[in-house]
Amino acid sequence: MSAWLHRLTDSDIWWSFKSSWLTVVAAVATLFIILVSFLSPILAPHTPFDPATISLSDGLKPPVLVSADGEWTFPLGTDDQGRDVLSSIMYGTRLSLIVGLASVVVAMIMGIALGLISGYVGGTTDAVIMRIADVQLTFPAILVALLIDGIVRGLISVKQHDEIAVFVIVGAIGLSFWVQYARTVRGSVLVEKNKEYVQAARVIGLSPMLIMVRHVLPNVTGPVLVIATLNLGLAIISEATLSFLGVGLPSTQPSLGTLIRIGNELLQSGEWWITVFPGITLAALVLAVNLLGDWLRDALNPKLR
Amino acid sequence: MLVFILRRLLQSVAVLLAVGVVAFFLFRYVGDPINAMVGQDTSLQEREQLRDRLGLNDPAPVQFLKFLGNAAQGKFGLSYRTSEPVGRMIVERLPATIELSFCAAMFVLVFGIPMGVYTGLYPRHWSSRLLQAISLIGVSLPTFLIGILLILFFSVILHWLPSFGRGQTVTFGWWTTNFATISGLKALILPSITLGLFQLTLIMRLVRSEMLEVMRTDYIKFARARGLTNRAINFGHALKNTLVPVITVAGLQLGALIAFALVTETVFAWPGVGQLFIQSVQFSDIPVMAAYLMLIGLLFVVINLIVDLLYFAVDPRLRAQGGAARVSGH
Repeated sequence: MSAWLHRLTDSDIWWSFKSSWLTVVAAVATLFIILVSFLSPILAPHTPFDPATISLSDGLKPPVLVSADGEWTFPLGTDDQGRDVLSSIMYGTRLSLIVGLASVVVAMIMGIALGLISGYVGGTTDAVIMRIADVQLTFPAILVALLIDGIVRGLISVKQHDEIAVFVIVGAIGLSFWVQYARTVRGSVLVEKNKEYVQAARVIGLSPMLIMVRHVLPNVTGPVLVIATLNLGLAIISEATLSFLGVGLPSTQPSLGTLIRIGNELLQSGEWWITVFPGITLAALVLAVNLLGDWLRDALNPKLR
Repeated sequence: MLVFILRRLLQSVAVLLAVGVVAFFLFRYVGDPINAMVGQDTSLQEREQLRDRLGLNDPAPVQFLKFLGNAAQGKFGLSYRTSEPVGRMIVERLPATIELSFCAAMFVLVFGIPMGVYTGLYPRHWSSRLLQAISLIGVSLPTFLIGILLILFFSVILHWLPSFGRGQTVTFGWWTTNFATISGLKALILPSITLGLFQLTLIMRLVRSEMLEVMRTDYIKFARARGLTNRAINFGHALKNTLVPVITVAGLQLGALIAFALVTETVFAWPGVGQLFIQSVQFSDIPVMAAYLMLIGLLFVVINLIVDLLYFAVDPRLRAQGGAARVSGH
């Protein structure tokens, strides 16, 4: 353990991490948000989506610090149903993070698989996959995600949709972001596949599948990880946008975007806290993740050393 | 050059065909058009007759050609939700989206390019650093959140600007415009800023990094040695050479503006095609989705084509090489 720790603290990456205070702040903020949101069942003062514990008479209480009407049990106020805003944010952030991470993983697996096949097999397969990628790249990712969501809604009933909404959203966002991974992996594979170690593996008779996964894949993962970190912020924003538009997660399972949409309906009458606090949380989360992504990209880029 | 243009045209047609295939499959196989047309008490036999009459039993390629033919004439059938012709619904709402995107694009260019030039010329000045920091925050704020915060500040708290709708519009033929009345112009301000802010930061960062690069080159030093004024160097020599990548990105972003207008339109209850699309996704109104898809596809293809042709106008080197080489930084 200590040897491992020593190797880490002795590395270039650690040095570049330490020397940028902004990155350290971003890392601490990200860790804080992840910890607090994943411990929300323990830390949150209320369970906002259990109807037994909420009461309409607690509705629309302002935050404690700005108004004498506030109560300390609801530090950031309550919404029109009497749900505690702070607890909703903690649970909502957890859902936003889970959906964001899951859709990045889906996009990454799909992109890596198609990129490997495209680069290694070549020929017609390569041409077909890359032309599909070109067409998809013509459209912004959010449109593709909306389209997929709309198609799924056309195929199943509304009630079923609410039950599987999380999977639909993860699939839709995942499918809309695979192109970048596929292109990067394909590019690296084209370089790698003519190197001696791949030829050697081919000579000793390994199957193409095994060569792709065991030998080529480990050598193309660097750029993929950077894209994944940079895309995490985008994926979180996409989910929030879809939920805000009312085609994402339902209000029975609210993410940060759903919370902002619920609050937006009450904004005109002056109840700003229901919208603004989830909004700040979302912005802080995405900013922190983006800063980490930017740093990782620069730190792993040998040209900038 | 002619070969290049022809090849680009062919590519564009191929992309459009692919989009058409996707739209056709949506239209034909997701959701049953017959179900949308008849009541529940229609017998299976009557349904089958209707199917025959509408040509839904024809082979798929024949149906696809018919679909493309109709689409070219702007016929996309009836909406499942309102039973209106989809073509007319889109045409009615198109002016709102185009005017909004146009204003946002103006906002981006008029503020983004000068801000980029300034931060590129004086990268160490405190105001440049401030602009850089703000732009980083701008990239991290989702569009809808910017809209909500603007509404909160300028309409709910200050009561300066309207928070939803187009205000009073004036109709010229089939085109409804915001530009003719004060309330229409006021209604444009907040949505345009919301829509443009993300693109503004993008253009600013791009112009900045291009300017930084150009200012280091020899011909700028030579221009200084010739004793040209700063103004002539900065705008006549430096800015001109940053334009190629800026045109690419600005062109592609114009498409993104129109597509992203759907988020802004929802926030501000702006009656454009984006809002129509969101409603059609919520109700799974397939004909509207298919029509919107085709429209956006056409738009992106046309914009990409124009951007590629603009290279020739801007970069004389390309004309000399007959268009064999593409510009770097694509």
